Amino acid sequence: MEVCNCIEPQWPADELLMKYQYISDFFIAVAYFSIPLELIYFVKKSAVFPYRWVLVQFGAFIVLCGATHLINLWTFTTHSRTVALVMTTAKVLTAVVSCATALMLVHIIPDLLSVKTRELFLKNKAAELDREMGLIRTQEETGRHVRMLTHEIRSTLDRHTILKTTLVELGRTLALEECALWMPTRTGLELQLSYTLRQQHPVEYTVPIQLPVISQVFATSRAVKISPNSPVARLRPVSGKYMLGEVVAVRVPLLHLSNFQINDWPELSTKRYALMVLMLPSDSARQWHVHELELVEVVADQVAVALSHAAILEESMRARDLLMEQNVALDLARREAETAIRARNDFLAVMNHEMRTPMHAIIALSSLLQETELTPEQRLMVETILKSSNLLATLMNDVLDLSRLEDGSLQLDLGTFNLHTLFREVLNLIKPIAVVKKLPITLNLAPDLPEFVVGDEKRLMQIILNIVGNAVKFSKQGSISVTALVYKSDTRAPDFFVVPTGSHFYLRVKVKDLGAGINPQEIPKLFTKFAQTQSLATRSSGGSGLGLAISKRFVNLMEGNIWIESDGLGKGCTAIFDVKLGISNESSVPKAPASPRHANFDGLKVLVMDENGVSRMVTKGLLVHLGCEVTTASTSEECLRVVSHEHKVVFMDVCMPGVENYRIENYQIALRIHEKFTKQRHQRPLLVALTGNTDKSRKEKCMSFGLDGVLLKPVSLDNMRNVLSDLLEHRVLYEAM
Amino acid sequence: MNTAVARLQRQFQDYIVSLYQQGFLDNQFTELRNLQDEGTPDFVSEVVSLFFDDCAKLIKNMSRSLEQPENVDFKQVDSGVHQLKGSSSSVGARRVKNVCISFKECCDVQNREGCLRCLQQVDYEYKVLKTKLQDLFKLEQRILQAGGTIPQVDI
Repeated sequence: MEVCNCIEPQWPADELLMKYQYISDFFIAVAYFSIPLELIYFVKKSAVFPYRWVLVQFGAFIVLCGATHLINLWTFTTHSRTVALVMTTAKVLTAVVSCATALMLVHIIPDLLSVKTRELFLKNKAAELDREMGLIRTQEETGRHVRMLTHEIRSTLDRHTILKTTLVELGRTLALEECALWMPTRTGLELQLSYTLRQQHPVEYTVPIQLPVISQVFATSRAVKISPNSPVARLRPVSGKYMLGEVVAVRVPLLHLSNFQINDWPELSTKRYALMVLMLPSDSARQWHVHELELVEVVADQVAVALSHAAILEESMRARDLLMEQNVALDLARREAETAIRARNDFLAVMNHEMRTPMHAIIALSSLLQETELTPEQRLMVETILKSSNLLATLMNDVLDLSRLEDGSLQLDLGTFNLHTLFREVLNLIKPIAVVKKLPITLNLAPDLPEFVVGDEKRLMQIILNIVGNAVKFSKQGSISVTALVYKSDTRAPDFFVVPTGSHFYLRVKVKDLGAGINPQEIPKLFTKFAQTQSLATRSSGGSGLGLAISKRFVNLMEGNIWIESDGLGKGCTAIFDVKLGISNESSVPKAPASPRHANFDGLKVLVMDENGVSRMVTKGLLVHLGCEVTTASTSEECLRVVSHEHKVVFMDVCMPGVENYRIENYQIALRIHEKFTKQRHQRPLLVALTGNTDKSRKEKCMSFGLDGVLLKPVSLDNMRNVLSDLLEHRVLYEAM
Repeated sequence: MNTAVARLQRQFQDYIVSLYQQGFLDNQFTELRNLQDEGTPDFVSEVVSLFFDDCAKLIKNMSRSLEQPENVDFKQVDSGVHQLKGSSSSVGARRVKNVCISFKECCDVQNREGCLRCLQQVDYEYKVLKTKLQDLFKLEQRILQAGGTIPQVDI
């Protein structure tokens, strides 16, 4: 008998229990078999499963467990040894696999667990990255908004558009409830609500600028969170329901103020700000984020820049308009001035000509009248007419000169001339009047004063004549001294610096008189046109009052200076002027005569007697050209009367027309001259006959009458020169052709 | 400007040379021009104007003397011719002088018709010369105004 060793029933088999066990085992087996199937199915389905080996092991474990339980089914009843063997095998296998699996699981489960944790970690990380991504995107979005905002702001140069756009764009970007801009008022003591976003017609109210909240905002360039209850933020009537959103304020520097009158402000700091207030929507529980604040600050700066540009543009447009107006006005004025000048010049030209013509007639005819026979009263009247007309002519010339001077159209006629001679000429001109008034004039020329100079001779003479003439005019007694020297810098005129160049120098002329003098207060008026001094003494002296003005203009043209000093009325005065002249070399003086003169002819006194006016003039011209001092006589009687020991040579015309004895008295003159000088034979002048032919008989005749020489007419220059040299050397002349 | 002056100067030269070549003027006129310098810039024009005035006066007197066929005062005419000859030779008025020479001959033989003819000729000659010299002086003025100098003409 085989006894079943596997289960020893202790009690009699309970049928029910057995049934239940039987069923449970069955189901367990089913489950055990289906689980691996499911596993395989699902693993096959999934792509990734790293532990297939484990699965196989596990599958094997389960299958064997299932098999065990299945085999268990047969053990409830008596069963054969095979079954028991199978059962045992199965159980052994199961045990092996289970242990193996168990051992394997020890390794695998931690791995599986860690996979799980890594998965969790990665999920967290992904979530975090998502968040950050969202943030960056928002920032980028904001950046884009700023750029767009800036672009909008800067795309216009109109101040209002700029501000409006700012508020609109900010409102849009940041989803603001309200956005407001407070601008400083004209006086600068208050901030006025200028622009708002939502309200179409903002209430015009102001807040004083000295509020602490405002000062706080103005103190920093950052955006500052302020209380929604502060006056700048309270833009709408608050109703209790709202929980006001957060408010931020930022300052906007106003760099250029074209709208406000700078003069009206009391002293203020140079930094001017406007206030921008931004309100988040109420009841939104939104907070101001840092990036939003940064955005606001950036925008505020941009706005400031855009505003200043707009202001500058306005300013420049205004300036340009103003300039254009001025330009037009100036152009008009210039054209009017040109027309006026042209009209004046035309007038002067015409008047000059028209006035001069009758003037010439009057002067010429009066002069001619003077030459005729007049009674003393008539002569006096004619002289007065002449004097007055000369004065008038001078006046006209002065006026014309002055207007040309003022025009600037007058130019100096530069030439080389003898300065010393000029002074002497001036004195010679003035001497007659001075002698009449018994005023001695002295001339002092400095030893280093150049003789030949380059300048405008005529005008320089005019100046000196004017000054010296004034001195004579206004002096009743005393003397007049004229000094000319080379001016070197001194302290007298400190603003007039002399830079002597090699070829120029400054001539200083001082004219001192002891006459009426001038009140020092009147001195500035002296050089003004037409102004006369008040003193009675001067009024009677006449004068147009233009002389000094013209002299001053000429002196200025010559790059010089002119002034008058006086110690007072009755104490005389000194007129001083400096002018710039060029120094010339003696060799370049054009006054040198074309033909060389013999030194011994200079000033040689000669007498020419010729009845024929033309011949007389020609002979005189010849001798003058040679440097002689010539007296002329037209008749023999005149010749006899005039001849004196001073005359060295007497030229007489003895042309004999045809008849032999005709004009014999011409020859007889020679005899009579001899008679005149019998006493002083050595002082007798040499007698030369000018005749039409010089044949021998003529010559002999001349000799017989005591003539020292004969010359054939017409005489050439060289001839005359040779004749004179011969005569003076030898005191007799035979050959003369 | 320089070319205008040069042009005027050439014109002057040509004109004065032509006057010499045509016998209106002779050496004496050149001498007269040489006597003119800066001290006496108008010497020549003064002398010739004096000469022309003289001519006019003398011619008038002589024509008066030669008017009536009887009682011609040949002495007066002679003296007039003599004066005229002297003056014309002094200024270098060649043609006038030459006429005066023939005039004198007629006067010597007391040929009234001849004298009248010569008188007419003298009158004509001096007037022609006067016009020519006036033109010459005008040219001179133009040259001076244009800033040039009167060229020296050596005949």
